[in-house]
Amino acid sequence: MAEITDTTALRGLFRRRTARPAAAPEPAKRVQFDRPLLPWIFIAPQLMVVAIFFYWPSVQAVTSSFYIEDPFGFGATFVGFDNYRDALGSAEYHRVARFTAVFTLAVTALSLGLGLLLAVKADAVIRGASAYKTLLIAVYAIAPPVAGLIGMMFFDMHIGPFVTLASWLGWDMQVGIDYFDTAFAMIAVAVWKQIPYNFIFFLSGLQSVPVSVREAAVIDCRNGWRRFRTVTLPLLAPTAFFLLIINITYALFDTFGIIDVMLKDKPANNPVTLVYKVYNDGFRGNDIGGSSAQSVILMLVVFALTILQFRVLEKRIHYS
Amino acid sequence: MHRTRPFDHLILILGALFLMLPVLVAFTTSTHTAAEIHSRGLQILPGDNFAGTYGTVLTHKGGFTGQVTGLRMLMNSMILGLGFAVGKIALSMMAAYALVYFRFRHATLLFWMIFTTLLLPLEVRIVPSFQVMAELGLINTYPGLIVPLLASATGTFYFRQFFKSVPDELLEASRIDGAGPLKFFFDILVPLSRTMMAAMFIIMFVYGWNQYLWPMLMTTDEGMFTLMRGIKSILQVWVGSQIPDYNLAFALAVLAMVPPVAVVVIFQRWFIKGLTESDK
Repeated sequence: MAEITDTTALRGLFRRRTARPAAAPEPAKRVQFDRPLLPWIFIAPQLMVVAIFFYWPSVQAVTSSFYIEDPFGFGATFVGFDNYRDALGSAEYHRVARFTAVFTLAVTALSLGLGLLLAVKADAVIRGASAYKTLLIAVYAIAPPVAGLIGMMFFDMHIGPFVTLASWLGWDMQVGIDYFDTAFAMIAVAVWKQIPYNFIFFLSGLQSVPVSVREAAVIDCRNGWRRFRTVTLPLLAPTAFFLLIINITYALFDTFGIIDVMLKDKPANNPVTLVYKVYNDGFRGNDIGGSSAQSVILMLVVFALTILQFRVLEKRIHYS
Repeated sequence: MHRTRPFDHLILILGALFLMLPVLVAFTTSTHTAAEIHSRGLQILPGDNFAGTYGTVLTHKGGFTGQVTGLRMLMNSMILGLGFAVGKIALSMMAAYALVYFRFRHATLLFWMIFTTLLLPLEVRIVPSFQVMAELGLINTYPGLIVPLLASATGTFYFRQFFKSVPDELLEASRIDGAGPLKFFFDILVPLSRTMMAAMFIIMFVYGWNQYLWPMLMTTDEGMFTLMRGIKSILQVWVGSQIPDYNLAFALAVLAMVPPVAVVVIFQRWFIKGLTESDK
């Protein structure tokens, strides 16, 4: 949730940077206080928390990624880039990375699509609009592990209604045992949990389109689908672009709770994402160096992804 | 402008059912006994074991892990949610005030130091974060649970944006009236930010309450477990039991989702405003 909103903030941050790449940021206010000590007192708590709980562990992640730690805690040996080589060279890492990509793609596409569909419909109706809205956003507040628990029950081999439903179609669903079935269930739950978020943003995007524009569009274009494609969708592009990044971040990181609960601690042959692997190797496998190397790789991926998307995509999208 | 078509309603009803039915069924099923659920599957109608299930979950120590009651976990989750929300608002308002309203050396550097935290979520640095906490002796403490989560600049960013939108004339006027920086902050800026604070509070409360990975690492003592952590342990007990306590697991899920869902639904307007408008 707040990781999600993190990127909201980033959007402004990067816009600032692209607007004035080299110039020093101008003061936020025309008039400012000029005290030597007071601003430090105000900013100190935040700064301390950031230094101790962000910079220190981040530096440690980078350092320990170059070491192999003795499993019994007797010191560590410097191994250079071995941890990275091991991680990137292993077939298992490739398998997990591939699944993470597929998972992210599926979750992002489905939850964006369904969120948009529901938002367009909720924007179109008048009767019952607020009731629909309440029902459609409530799930936002449900934590990923709770969603995972509910999902697990619905896909349970003994009591799950979805398993019964699938068996009518001749699909012998075995979540937790069969790789594909588990992936299917995890994607379904992750999408379910994310629809409300996309719905909220698409709806507020739609409702900020001025009435005059909508009326003009109705006069110019009788065909509803074409009107949606040529008028509404371009106006929603900034929202959609912003949500795209949020959803990728969500699928990569926030789904950890869903996956961890649905696998019931038995990753075995089941699909897992990269973040799950970082956790599993570090805490269960006690491979601190390897896990840290994976952390750093993930950090770089997130970093690159964010910057690339903001730099490249922002140019193409026309903000009204 | 639009003709309402039954098709629109159909899609919305299907969407609402898809989202809400699992939640509803989780509740109704929790009011049956485990044996009933085991033999007849999930239940859409409420049963008569409401008192039994929830009594066990809330007060019975053996219910999940042997040492902790649902009530205790509820309290811990509440402490985490409230502590996180309050801490986040306090820290970020202060930091944003310093960044926006003061001219001082290294302000730009500090700005970037704080906002870099937006780029890397906690999940990618869990192992070293855990080691740092162990070195500081903060495992199994409330500060250890709450404070590291504050190390992200979301709130600071929002308040910074908001303070920048406050008209400059306000500061000029209060300076003419002789107000110093402290008086301006507490008597003018804080009251002015009330809506923003409320919106932040809702978002942050839900975020703190819903934390999973961090509490899982930070709490080994069962007395410190949050509801999310309890969900993890009920599943660990599960393995190998004859008839799993389906009803208890569902009841735990219901307990874990009622407070944040209630907050979001009741304060919907503020919540949506906070979520979507803080972006400007």
